[in-house]
Amino acid sequence: MATIELHQVEKKFGDFPAVKPMDLTIQDGEFLVLLGPSGCGKTTTLRMISGLETVTGGTISLNGRNVTWLHPSERDVAFVFQFFALYPHMTVRQNIVFPLQAERMAPADIDKRVAEVVKMLRIEHLMSQRPGTLSGGDQQRAALARALVRRPAAFLMDEPLGALDAELREAMRAEIKQLHIDQHATTVYVTHDQIEAMAMGDRIVVMSNAVVQQVGTPAEVYYNPANLFVARFIGSPGMNLVQGQFADQTVRFSGEQNYEVPAEWKPAIKKATGSNSVTVGFRPEAAHLSESGALVGEVYAVDIHGSYSMLHVKLAGSNGDFEIVHVRTDRRTNYPIGAQVRFDLNPEMVRFFDTSSEAAIQRENA
Amino acid sequence: MASFEETGPRIPVVVSTRVDKIHPISRLSRTIRAIAVVVVALILLLPVVAMGITAFKSRNAVVSVPPSLIPVPNGDVLRVEANELKRDTGEISIARNFFAPTLEGFVFLLTERAQAGPARAAELRTQAQEGQLSIFDQIALDNGQEILGPSDYVARLRNSLIIAGISTIVSVVLGLFAAYAFSRFRIPGESDLLFFILSTRMLPPVVVTIPLFLMYRQLNLHDTHFGMILLYTVFNLSLSVWLLKGFIDEIPKEYEEAALVDGYSRLQAFVKVVLPQAVGGIAATTVFCLIFAWNEYAFALMLTSDTARTAPPSIATMLGRGGIEWSAIAAGSLGFLIPVVIVTFALRKYLLRGVTFGAIRK
Repeated sequence: MATIELHQVEKKFGDFPAVKPMDLTIQDGEFLVLLGPSGCGKTTTLRMISGLETVTGGTISLNGRNVTWLHPSERDVAFVFQFFALYPHMTVRQNIVFPLQAERMAPADIDKRVAEVVKMLRIEHLMSQRPGTLSGGDQQRAALARALVRRPAAFLMDEPLGALDAELREAMRAEIKQLHIDQHATTVYVTHDQIEAMAMGDRIVVMSNAVVQQVGTPAEVYYNPANLFVARFIGSPGMNLVQGQFADQTVRFSGEQNYEVPAEWKPAIKKATGSNSVTVGFRPEAAHLSESGALVGEVYAVDIHGSYSMLHVKLAGSNGDFEIVHVRTDRRTNYPIGAQVRFDLNPEMVRFFDTSSEAAIQRENA
Repeated sequence: MASFEETGPRIPVVVSTRVDKIHPISRLSRTIRAIAVVVVALILLLPVVAMGITAFKSRNAVVSVPPSLIPVPNGDVLRVEANELKRDTGEISIARNFFAPTLEGFVFLLTERAQAGPARAAELRTQAQEGQLSIFDQIALDNGQEILGPSDYVARLRNSLIIAGISTIVSVVLGLFAAYAFSRFRIPGESDLLFFILSTRMLPPVVVTIPLFLMYRQLNLHDTHFGMILLYTVFNLSLSVWLLKGFIDEIPKEYEEAALVDGYSRLQAFVKVVLPQAVGGIAATTVFCLIFAWNEYAFALMLTSDTARTAPPSIATMLGRGGIEWSAIAAGSLGFLIPVVIVTFALRKYLLRGVTFGAIRK
């Protein structure tokens, strides 16, 4: 098991920066998720850790050992690929044995190891088949077995569930998480699916445009996004973000509505926004409808989710312009489209962002 | 387990084994296509069949009109009689198309012979009566000839095998490494290099034979096995690099990356993971290279004379020597055909996918 440290790690393809210098420490036994939209540099980061991609700057160390320039085979990491990369000309058993043969392990030990992982992943009955004949889930299990059998210092997984259908993905998600709890192996997991990241990660690294946006636990990333990108990207739908002008006590939205800023936020906002332009952010569950609510909107659409409903509420802006915010509500009440609704924001769950720098405003005494 | 009726097939049915499920029009079009293929195959096979028959004919049967097509023991005598009958009475008999199969062509092909003088011929005939003559000697004697020794045909064929075989292996192996590098690594000026490699194929061989001839004479490569192997390798390399690059491009690079992470070196990953998956491409490329090197005529004619002379120019020059021994030429061509047929047949299951150049995705 291992700690992985990235220090100022950087990757450029020609002049194009794929990953801008980043620092990251992955703790022993941690399940770390690299999350971001496609092309944000998350896979490149993973490949640099594995050694499949060389760095253009910085150092990578594994358990204090500098592995920056080591060949992938010398790093003692296992890689699970998006399309599994099971060798099609070998049987499942040959696939699983393949990494052990590289170590020139004794056949008796190989048998023992293989029996162990095969039992753990329940793929005994598939051992003599070729990967091409297996279902997606079984291919995934075989690929995991090939990674597990080595007992590597760290597991690197590149969207391992990306090729599976939705139902199976959920089941395999639990299976991988269970394996991690069982093995307690350092795991770096790349995905673009924020639900997967929230469900699996001990910590999440949100990346965008080759830059790390935020590193934090799923709760931190969800409740205290570091900037507008994270606020928008995490959650489905993302955080509601409404821009307004801060004046003394209140934020004035473009539709002439005023929002009374909670007292504990006032000094911080005053200090942070030179231009007075501030973006108010709140999760759909932070808004609750009430007759006496301070904010007024019009129902634009309703999504019934079964256990709850999601209202799309139209906030009037200037010049007939409008903004849509999402409000989560209980499933029992019916809201006709076009009806006027009033709502309040839970002061604990409101966040403020500097509109120009896009960064979250931090409360001083929080 | 759920029954088929409930769940339907696991994959869409494109071709069914159940005859009653196939639309009649589709069945008809299949039949038509099958017939077309058979017709084309027959047309293409005709010269080969004619060659095969000719190789076993006697001198007279080769040039007989109408052509003799049916092998019958004692056929030559029957044909002559039938032709006389036609001339005398106008009666047409199938026997006019008979010929007697003989190994005359092969004897002429494989031996050097001289006209036996009357005294020598008589001596040989007595030996024949005592059963001391081999079949070959006997056949030569029937033509009034005596066998002096083996001809150079076998040596030429051996040269062809050595030169085509080695140059094919070398160009496929070198081509594999080059194609792998082009496919997997960022190479400065990659497209220029690839174009340069292709451009070595752009001039027809005839155009470059004269300069090559002069160069080879200077370098003492003229009429050497090494020179011919080198030349064919260079010529085939462009083909093999381009073909194999296509095949290797098709193999996802994740397989090797998995092997790299699993603890193997780049070369081990190449041998254990890439090669087994590129077998089809390698087989197809091998056949293409072999056929080129085996059939090559212009270079061989100019750049070899004796020690390294290959079969194609030597068979062609048989035409010039004295009377045209059609049956010997046909026999020589038949022998020349066999090695390529064997290799192509052995690798046939890879060829169909190979010649589609990766147009079919898995």
